[in-house]
Amino acid sequence: MDEKKNEELESKQYIIVKLGSEQYGIDIQYVDNIVRMQRVTRVPKAQPYFKGVINIRGEVIPVMSLRIKFGLEPDEFKNATRILIIKIEPQAAIGMIVDEVKEVITLSADNIDKATSGNDEKSLYLSGVGKQPNGLVSLLNIPAVVVDRDSAM
Amino acid sequence: MDVSQYLGIFIDETRGHLQELNEQILILEKEPENEDTINEIFRAAHSLKGMAGTMGYKRMQRLTHDMENVFSEIRNGKMKATPNLIDLLFRGLDALESYLDIIINTQDEGTEDNQDIIDGLQKVMEEGLGLSAGQPKEAPAPVPSAETSAPEGRHLVLAEHELLAAQKAKEEGDNIFEITVFIQPSCILKAARAFLVFKALEEAGDIIKSVPEVQDIEDEKFDFDFSMVLLTKKPQEEIRTAILNVSEIKDVVIAPANLAQGGQAAVPAPVPAGETPAAPASEVPQANEPSAPAPAGEAAPVQAAAAQAQAAPAAKQTQAPAQSKAPAKAAVNRSVRVDIEKLDDLMNLVSELIIAKNGLVSMNGDGEMTARDSSFNEQIEYLERVTTNLHQSVMKVRMVPIESVVNRFPRMIRDLSKKLGKKMDLYMTGEDTELDRTVIDEIGDPLMHLLRNAADHGLETNEERVRLGKQEVGSIFLDAYQEGNNVVIEVRDDGAGINVEKVKQKALARGTITEEQAEAMTDKEIIDLLFRPSFSTAEVISDVSGRGVGLDVVKTKIEALGGNIETRSVLGEGSNFIIRLPLTLAIIETLMVELGNEKYAIPLGSIETIEDIALDDVKYVQNKEVISLRGSVIPLIRLDQVLDVEHTGEEPASLTVVIVKKGDKLAGLIVDNLIGQLEIVIKSIGKYINNSKLISGATILGDGEIALILDVNVLV
Repeated sequence: MDEKKNEELESKQYIIVKLGSEQYGIDIQYVDNIVRMQRVTRVPKAQPYFKGVINIRGEVIPVMSLRIKFGLEPDEFKNATRILIIKIEPQAAIGMIVDEVKEVITLSADNIDKATSGNDEKSLYLSGVGKQPNGLVSLLNIPAVVVDRDSAM
Repeated sequence: MDVSQYLGIFIDETRGHLQELNEQILILEKEPENEDTINEIFRAAHSLKGMAGTMGYKRMQRLTHDMENVFSEIRNGKMKATPNLIDLLFRGLDALESYLDIIINTQDEGTEDNQDIIDGLQKVMEEGLGLSAGQPKEAPAPVPSAETSAPEGRHLVLAEHELLAAQKAKEEGDNIFEITVFIQPSCILKAARAFLVFKALEEAGDIIKSVPEVQDIEDEKFDFDFSMVLLTKKPQEEIRTAILNVSEIKDVVIAPANLAQGGQAAVPAPVPAGETPAAPASEVPQANEPSAPAPAGEAAPVQAAAAQAQAAPAAKQTQAPAQSKAPAKAAVNRSVRVDIEKLDDLMNLVSELIIAKNGLVSMNGDGEMTARDSSFNEQIEYLERVTTNLHQSVMKVRMVPIESVVNRFPRMIRDLSKKLGKKMDLYMTGEDTELDRTVIDEIGDPLMHLLRNAADHGLETNEERVRLGKQEVGSIFLDAYQEGNNVVIEVRDDGAGINVEKVKQKALARGTITEEQAEAMTDKEIIDLLFRPSFSTAEVISDVSGRGVGLDVVKTKIEALGGNIETRSVLGEGSNFIIRLPLTLAIIETLMVELGNEKYAIPLGSIETIEDIALDDVKYVQNKEVISLRGSVIPLIRLDQVLDVEHTGEEPASLTVVIVKKGDKLAGLIVDNLIGQLEIVIKSIGKYINNSKLISGATILGDGEIALILDVNVLV
């Protein structure tokens, strides 16, 4: 009984999304909502990876393209394209465009390898690698993805 | 017990009273004989003292008490309001304000005694009255009870263990008092007063019993009196003073408890069981005795009533309210205190409603009209009227007269006048102009900066003014008025004006601008240099201003509020700083325009006119497109290029130009299409997107689409 509880405490749920050929895990605690792709209003002079803003239930929410942020080829909007609404702070939501939302998995702490000390841009966005029966999944470090490194510098 | 729940009220009301005092003393300074003023002052000071006492702020109470004494003497015609005294009183008010600030921050009054002010007040009193030290203290003693009956002490029956404790204390030489405290029937916070009495007594000794129980007193389950038994080493008089220091205490009866009167010496080892019933009997006359020192002059029938112990409070209840708080009643107005957050919620809901309404309107816009549609249309128009009215009402609720900010300025100018040794007067108009609460909270400091500037740099010295043939006394004007959807506040002086040449030299010396730039700049542009960070032209850095942190802060603040500031100055005649502020920050009227297939909103407040310009009329000046409109040359801004809008279709034969203004600078924004006027709700686009501030926000249109709001101030 106790053992089971412990395990539950240490394990986390991740939403598995697809970007191109790769799979990424996003900690479910950051995800407020998942919506279909919708009309995005362009914001002029914004950072290139910001596609613009969308209207979610009366709130104006900026939307970023993870593909552009990660240096992949630009998004092609298909039927499976989704926007994940991420909330890091209560008053500041942000949308992230992904090619597809696949499933929710549970990873216990011992199935996660902490991020290796890579120096390229992409590894900064990862918090670790999760092992699951059908392969490995990169876990995104959401706060790092949201922070605008260009403006911080 | 906890008085912190009253803290908010205390802070608000103290602010009000301090403001009142400031204003009235200013009047008193000019008209030392004005009786109404003196009465007002006395009233405000008295309430202030009472409130400070209730909350247990002793230092504050002491200072107000001494100030009140002075006012009281002035009121009685025994003293004159000399300039010296007025200065002292103002210092006292400042000290009280700083107490209040400390209280706001820490809920405690701090440790500053302001003894010098208190001493000063005492001295003035002595001199004014020609009395020796000590005497004036008695005059309006803090006993707010020159009225009604001689109260009677209640008798307490001690339980066994209490009696034991009492006797033990007695053996150790402590005094044992039975104390009955009577609170004024007009008192609103009875429990708070009682709490303060308890607090004061606990400092002096141990309370071994109270009637009613402490818990009941805290819950206000008592009439207007309560009793207790106190063991203390302090003398009776000291205890009395301690209790009477708590305000709104009507009277207090202290009697030595007589548990040991007969017995103690003779029977060193008391028999508690037998003692208990014996004690009450012998104490009754005792308790009555101290009623003698109670204030003299009360009506005889009342005294008779007082003879019957418990009848007394009842009698007081009916009598006193009429006497003590009558003047305060006059100020009652029919208003409700509402938390600003609740108003924000309400505002948000109204915003949602307007979005929903816009949705209905746009749904109705397309498709053909049928008979059903036309009645639907009518209903929508009705809904539109209602939401607009609702919005206006909610806005009105949030509006606060600017008076609450500017009413402290006369006092400030007076102080500045003394400090700078310049004679000056402040003339204010339009104090009743209203602004959104959020704007009001922010506008105080910028205005203060401007006024200080006017007093310090703007006005010449009195001698200089006489030499120049101006009126000796300088004038500063503060005018507020509404202009369309803006509120304009002008800070004007009739001083020297801005010396453009001096500013230019200074800017050159500092390297802010180059020689060539200086040549090309207009006077206006040079004056605008004053608003750059750390730019002060005052040769002497004074206490008042000149540290160069003024005008740029003013500008930033005002722009953050969505307003702008403009300067007009004539050398030798004075300067005028004109501040324009939006009436509200949440909902604005805009013109919707189309660029390519994107929609943008331009705030109506900054739009001058809309023009249709033939392509041939566009001229070039220094390679920039301009148009000439009614005699003025206006630069054109191609919004589609600035905003990187993808172009569709070919260049039309004529341009639709929206002429916007920033201050008195005009510019023409070229747009593809005009959609129409729309009332929109401003939403933030969040902090993650940075886009060089071109976009000041976004709004949700009726069909759920988002339109961005252009910030004209950045574009122009």
